[in-house]
Amino acid sequence: MAVRLRVGGLVYAYIPGRPVLRGITLELRSGETAFLLGPNGSGKTTFLDCIGGLRPPAEGEVLLDDRPLGSFSARERAQQVGYVPQFHEPPFNFTAWEVVLMGRAPYVRWLSQPKEQDRRAADEALAALNLAGFRDRPYYTLSGGERRLVLVARGLAQGAAFLLLDEPDAHLDPANQHRVLLAVQEVVGEGLGAAITSHSPNNALLYADRVALFSAGEVLAQGAPGEVVTPPLLERAYGIPFISVGDGPGPRAVLPADQRPTRSRNP
Amino acid sequence: MKRSALGGGLLLLPLPVMFFALMVGRYPISPGEVFAALTGGEVAEVVRALVLRIRLPRIGAAALVGANLAVAGAVYQGVFRNPLVEGRLLGVSSGAGLGAALAFLLFPQPAVVQAFAFAGGALGVALTALLGWTFGGGVLVLVIAGVLVDSFLSAVLGLVKYAADPLGTLPAITYWLLGGLSGVRVPDLLPLGIASGIGLSFFLLARWRLNLLTLADQEAEALGVRVRPTRFLVVGMGTLLVASAVSVSGTVSWVGLLVPHAARAVVGPDYARLLPAAAGLGAALVVALDTLARTLLTAEIPLGILTGLLGAPLFLVLFLRFLRERGGWR
Repeated sequence: MAVRLRVGGLVYAYIPGRPVLRGITLELRSGETAFLLGPNGSGKTTFLDCIGGLRPPAEGEVLLDDRPLGSFSARERAQQVGYVPQFHEPPFNFTAWEVVLMGRAPYVRWLSQPKEQDRRAADEALAALNLAGFRDRPYYTLSGGERRLVLVARGLAQGAAFLLLDEPDAHLDPANQHRVLLAVQEVVGEGLGAAITSHSPNNALLYADRVALFSAGEVLAQGAPGEVVTPPLLERAYGIPFISVGDGPGPRAVLPADQRPTRSRNP
Repeated sequence: MKRSALGGGLLLLPLPVMFFALMVGRYPISPGEVFAALTGGEVAEVVRALVLRIRLPRIGAAALVGANLAVAGAVYQGVFRNPLVEGRLLGVSSGAGLGAALAFLLFPQPAVVQAFAFAGGALGVALTALLGWTFGGGVLVLVIAGVLVDSFLSAVLGLVKYAADPLGTLPAITYWLLGGLSGVRVPDLLPLGIASGIGLSFFLLARWRLNLLTLADQEAEALGVRVRPTRFLVVGMGTLLVASAVSVSGTVSWVGLLVPHAARAVVGPDYARLLPAAAGLGAALVVALDTLARTLLTAEIPLGILTGLLGAPLFLVLFLRFLRERGGWR
């Protein structure tokens, strides 16, 4: 049965009285990929932190299968919700496997060591993302795309029901963006739910089951990608006109409308 | 697998080195006699006394000091996510130096000096932690607080030295600060042994978890680590190790910085293997250097000078290797 992460009326403010999230209501389900789109500063990453339990909301609730996320201990929470950061800069040159094994932290008690099952989980996570060949590679020798994949593997090794990914497609070339997002699809195929913040509406069109479009701390629209990633809604969120291209029932891609002055236009 | 075997082997490295150290000295003792003295076999009374009451306490202290400084250094480097950190950075050394100097000035008895040095070292870190906590507990803030505290306590230490009698107290302070184990007596070993037992067993048991503290705060939180309490517990335990070591040995530089890097070069950065390796390597190194300190010349060479002479060039080698591996400094 699908696990649900329900968010109701979520308000968060870094500075009291100036909320950056103003009443967010959303639902994530395991086995689904949700994309969170929206301009810089619209609150996507803060939202991700709140549902990851890293920032206690000022108002509203985050319920994991009807239980408030705030009532979980840090360890219990980490067994349910995993987080894949945009960057991971270790001060020492751990191997890919050692980085992935750190995902088992919520299962390893203080004053004890990872068990056989933890080691196996790390191996399986690497294998699930076709990274078995990277097992003993030092992290510093990995490319940006490979590093991101290793972090997704760490999230998988964490064994959580939900994986929150902060802009996993940022700073990567198109091929690596798609490798990483396909890896996330792999993870979702194993029954996890993924929430992905992104600046790429087109990646949302390709990979999302559901899209939430953020604007100024509120969800402007949410639903199926074809309903949300549309020129009128994107224009309201981002403030510039868009056009859509595609041959199917919904858009296949959206592009900023051409607003260049006429003299610089290509003939 | 090879690396883990190597890490375990390094933990045992101090044993042969200590055995050798028991043999050498102004009065050389054969391996058979050392063995007999240690196991209660047939041996001349003077040899037994020399091995058990003179050399063993000092060598044991050297091993504990080395293990403590190396383990604490490895831990600090991870917690502060900075490969160039050691205990000195947190104000441990300057605090301990100030405590010892005050004791020499006010109550010049060895036990008081040791107690004051320990209290001073702990106070130095407490000040750093308090400042750091006040400003949010971030890593950079703690490092800056440590630099402030270290600089301030060093200035106060200068004041104490300036006030000290230049014929009696000042040389005592200076020799203490140079670092050495020549004054170690059996009673000194008890507090050092207890502190080391608590600190070393804590870190050796929790060693894998230390990996998680090298992550960015938010990453570690997301993995279920309660970062701030964990960081302060770990820094506190590290301080117990450094302060107890420094209170017996005075300032012994470089060990806390150098040994963790040497151990990393052998077994890699995973704390599960790194900590046993660092403990063994640190203990072996300080026992070896302290043996040199007492046998190289007729007069004792301060241990802190030997570690400094050896440490700087060795560290340069390790650092260049580190830079090459990391592909430059960012």
